[in-house]
Amino acid sequence: MPTTPPAPPVISAHRLSKHYGDFRAVDGISFDVPAGESFGLLGPNGAGKSTTMRMIGGVSQRTSGQLTIMGLDPQEHGPEVRAHLGVVPQQDNLDEELRVRDNLLVYGRYFGLPMSYLRPKADELLEFAQLTDKAGAKVDALSGGMKRRLTIARSLINEPRILLLDEPTTGLDPQARHILWDRLFRLKESGVTLILTTHYMDEAEQLCDRLVVVDKGRIMAEGAPAQLIREHSTREVLELRFGSERNTTVAGELQGIGERLEPLPDRVLIYARDGEAALEQVVSRGLRPLTSLVRRSSLEDVFLRLTGRSLVD
Amino acid sequence: MTEPVPAGGQAVAPPYRLHAHPPEVSAARARKFGSWYYAEHVLRAMNSYRWTLLASSVGTPVMYLFAMGVGLATLVDRNAAGALGGVSYLAFIAPALLASATIMTAATEFTYPVMDGFKWRRVYYGPHASPLGTHQIVDGHVLAITARLTATTVVYFLIVALFGAAPSATGIAVIPVAVLSGLAFGLPLLAYSASIEEDKGQFALVMRFVVTPLFLFSGTFFPLDTLPVFLRWIGWISPLWHGTELGRALTYGHHVPLWLAAVHVLFLVVLAVVGLRRARSVYARRLGA
Repeated sequence: MPTTPPAPPVISAHRLSKHYGDFRAVDGISFDVPAGESFGLLGPNGAGKSTTMRMIGGVSQRTSGQLTIMGLDPQEHGPEVRAHLGVVPQQDNLDEELRVRDNLLVYGRYFGLPMSYLRPKADELLEFAQLTDKAGAKVDALSGGMKRRLTIARSLINEPRILLLDEPTTGLDPQARHILWDRLFRLKESGVTLILTTHYMDEAEQLCDRLVVVDKGRIMAEGAPAQLIREHSTREVLELRFGSERNTTVAGELQGIGERLEPLPDRVLIYARDGEAALEQVVSRGLRPLTSLVRRSSLEDVFLRLTGRSLVD
Repeated sequence: MTEPVPAGGQAVAPPYRLHAHPPEVSAARARKFGSWYYAEHVLRAMNSYRWTLLASSVGTPVMYLFAMGVGLATLVDRNAAGALGGVSYLAFIAPALLASATIMTAATEFTYPVMDGFKWRRVYYGPHASPLGTHQIVDGHVLAITARLTATTVVYFLIVALFGAAPSATGIAVIPVAVLSGLAFGLPLLAYSASIEEDKGQFALVMRFVVTPLFLFSGTFFPLDTLPVFLRWIGWISPLWHGTELGRALTYGHHVPLWLAAVHVLFLVVLAVVGLRRARSVYARRLGA
């Protein structure tokens, strides 16, 4: 098979929209995802990420625009499109009346997969999800992180080349999130196309090759995480806290320091190439912040810049 | 299980070592057999409480047949001989009890588990993301419950036969009739259950104000025409009455003219078909929003 010509995108959306009455949940978004890419939709709750995912997943009808998955329109070829996908929904919907391993077997049957394939496959996936010793356990008895890993294992039962992950780590503790990220990273390495939504910037930075920043159903920016940070923010950020009363009033006295100033209710952000130098300037003006912190710019800053709001409220 | 788990989790290979058939095959199979795949799932889930199911399918008929068909029957047979067309009270109520047991089971299976599918544990949303279509989720659910109703009814019939309450050779045909009655009641109820967004005790109301009156006023314990005319309509609209009349004709030769038998069957089939169609459209609307 020739590898040189650019592969057609596995997912292609053009002016994709979904309206509920007057409400525009998704308002004309366009993007292409090539095979093997890890593509993220980053945005706050209610930005239209899950609705977009449901349209890609072939379970929700679009209002207008075009959408193809593996060249197929999910509205006309629902079963064919869904047969290509693995889906990890935002809310777990495991069958708690079944044991852990049986959840995988039953799900595999939806794809018409024979038991001779499913039995060893289920064991393999439980191993991958680090749930081998829970195979016979009731789903009820699993922790949140384990349920999430079981849901991911379930989504892999048909060996999909495209995996849709809607807020994969929301509600998990940091350790559980790291285990999950590790598993997802392995999938990415094995060439699976990952489409994920998140409102965690660290998740987006860790897992996404490229992402779109979504707000109010529209795409605000698109690019690799590092590129977005470069384009929409400075290299470093100086975070100052003067106490909740004074943050906004003191902002006036900080004018001219760094490239841009962002007064927030709880802190003031100064965007500068050199954070330490900016801090020296602040001190030289006779200002004494309660705390100061110099850090690298993140996607959070990109989002703040683009929308004027923070990502997690 | 086949290989030792590597220490530290470091050497776990990427997960694709076996090979699934291609997506096109999955989709084609799902289009063809999807309803059966979902039925399989529901039956597996039921299997986890099979002893409870078995105990109730044996316990219910034994209890009712002893109480009504043996206890109450001695009184009725002594005082009202001939009023039931020459059969024992036990033979008279056995087909009615059998059909009502099937309907009660249908009433349970087509209410709470539906709420579980849409809302409580969102069980429907798993298969909904797979190649299955929404109509196949409905059909599969119905298939599995039909299997459960059939099993319950078969057990019930065997116990009725042991009590000697189904003397006619055609008696065994009461099984499909009872299952049909269960579906005639259950499928419209399924459509209703699927339309409920929030549980405010509707199911308890259905049990109390629909299932119980039907059980009492469908010619179950006494012939429908012993009721005053203004109450008989309850029987006429009740799947239980239609099913029971057919059952009596089959188990002990109760006289039902052929045209009326056809009306009974037609009534039950129409209710079931309309209910199923309605349920499919409610499922499609709700899952595909």
